[in-house]
Amino acid sequence: MNARTKQLYQELVLDHNRNPRNYRSMEVHSHHAHGHNPLCGDRLELFLKVDADGLVADVSFIGDGCAISKASASMMTAAVKGKTVADAETLFQEFHAMSMGTLDPESAPNHLGKLAVFAGVRDLPARVKCATLAWHTLDAALHGHEQTSTE
Amino acid sequence: MKTNGFDVERIRADFPVLERMVNGHPLAYMDNGASAQMPRAVIETGTEYRSRYHANIHRGVHTLSQEATEAYEATRELVRAFIGAADQREVVFTGGTTDSLNLVAQCWGNTHLKPGDVVLVSEMEHHANIVPWDLVCRRTGARMVKIPITDSGEVDQDAYAMLLAADSVKAVCITHVSNALGTVNPVRHMADLAHAHGAVVVVDGAQAVPHAAVDVQALDADFYAFSAHKMCGPTGIGVLYGKMEHLKGLPPYRGGGDMILSVSFDSGIRYNAIPHYFEAGTPPIEQGIQLGAAIRYLTAIGMDRIAAYEQELLAYATEKLLAIPQVRLVGTAPHKAAVISFVIDGVHPHDVGTVLDDLGIAVRTGHHCAQPVMERFGVPATTRASFAFYNTRAEIDRLADGVREVIRLFQ
Repeated sequence: MNARTKQLYQELVLDHNRNPRNYRSMEVHSHHAHGHNPLCGDRLELFLKVDADGLVADVSFIGDGCAISKASASMMTAAVKGKTVADAETLFQEFHAMSMGTLDPESAPNHLGKLAVFAGVRDLPARVKCATLAWHTLDAALHGHEQTSTE
Repeated sequence: MKTNGFDVERIRADFPVLERMVNGHPLAYMDNGASAQMPRAVIETGTEYRSRYHANIHRGVHTLSQEATEAYEATRELVRAFIGAADQREVVFTGGTTDSLNLVAQCWGNTHLKPGDVVLVSEMEHHANIVPWDLVCRRTGARMVKIPITDSGEVDQDAYAMLLAADSVKAVCITHVSNALGTVNPVRHMADLAHAHGAVVVVDGAQAVPHAAVDVQALDADFYAFSAHKMCGPTGIGVLYGKMEHLKGLPPYRGGGDMILSVSFDSGIRYNAIPHYFEAGTPPIEQGIQLGAAIRYLTAIGMDRIAAYEQELLAYATEKLLAIPQVRLVGTAPHKAAVISFVIDGVHPHDVGTVLDDLGIAVRTGHHCAQPVMERFGVPATTRASFAFYNTRAEIDRLADGVREVIRLFQ
């Protein structure tokens, strides 16, 4: 495989695709949203439990999608769990900027950590929306929107 | 490689794009269902028009305009002969299949549909043969009703016969060849039944015309739509064939120049004759001339030889892919065009597409603008390899190897 594709489908991504973390629905939640990527048919449903201190106490998702969207959703939940809503919003902004190619996680300061594994999508315009779907859904849920779409 | 005298290497040499490398591999182009590549003859026809006689048509008395008009109108006769129409006037130029189907839905539908009427639309239609009918049904109070398809991806003929008998069916909309499944529909049989019930048959021929000899009279199609860019021509132009008895009396599609004989605020508007009556404004002239070159090119090879060779490719690809246990074909009708839609257990088609692209193999992934088909088979999307007469067995071997690599990566 080419370096570009190898970089995208790293073992970390393949692992989160095979064994997505926090993959379950959540009956009692404080925030909830549906994300849809009409171009690919990717769908996910996101649940959040934000406590009185503004901490993301629990987060989970269910849905169908490609490896990129599933792994991204899985890693998103792992990244925001235990963080404040404000920190989660910062991560959304940074992840979005990285996917669009306006933030290079290797040179600019950021909080992305392992999430930088998705930096490669900026070279694959057709796949950017796969990587960002979970994050747009998170943003929608935190702002009280029930539906979001990448289109 | 030679197969039954079909010299595919010689044909490949006609297509400059096939020399291209993609991601370090020779391009294996298997997205012909979306758009087929152009041979040098078609490209050069466009260049010649641009560099020698670009001018508007049906207007000037000057030499360039006359040359352009002649070349453009020559395509009409080439199309007529290519699809076996009785009369050149039954060949209407449009922007493409979608435009053709919108023309029928709007002009014919608005005229003939009334509350209580039914338009039958097969479950395997491309969105282009669904949405225009939904629009016109909402306007006229007619109902759009689905003709179901079977597990193998064929029109359920028993259900079709019952639907025809039960309701006041005015139109039957059916694709000749399914873009998502490859199924070749028994258009003549369905047309005979429709006609017996007084309904017209509107055929989406986009996937059929490039891959086998089509005779609209033998099919007894009332309307037949197709696009140039799926038959080695350019984008932006297509054809609507309509039987003269149906074209006559329709309201205009769009108003403008070329579709009129005279316009006067005092004495009113007099319309041009069919087919120009449906062709308002300056058409895609270069593309029309290129469509003619594409038809000449395909005819020189021979549509029967093309069909026979593509059937060999289909059989070979089916065998190769079915040999991979994780692969499931979507669309297994006994009579198919060279289209293979498939899913791989546990791998999303978009990941398949990205990895295959990495190997220089161009396939389509997604719902193929046929979401009801995806719904019917319970999949969000499929990977589709659609072949043309310039594809080879060696490319199909690469496809099968690529699929194995996908499985290794994701499982």
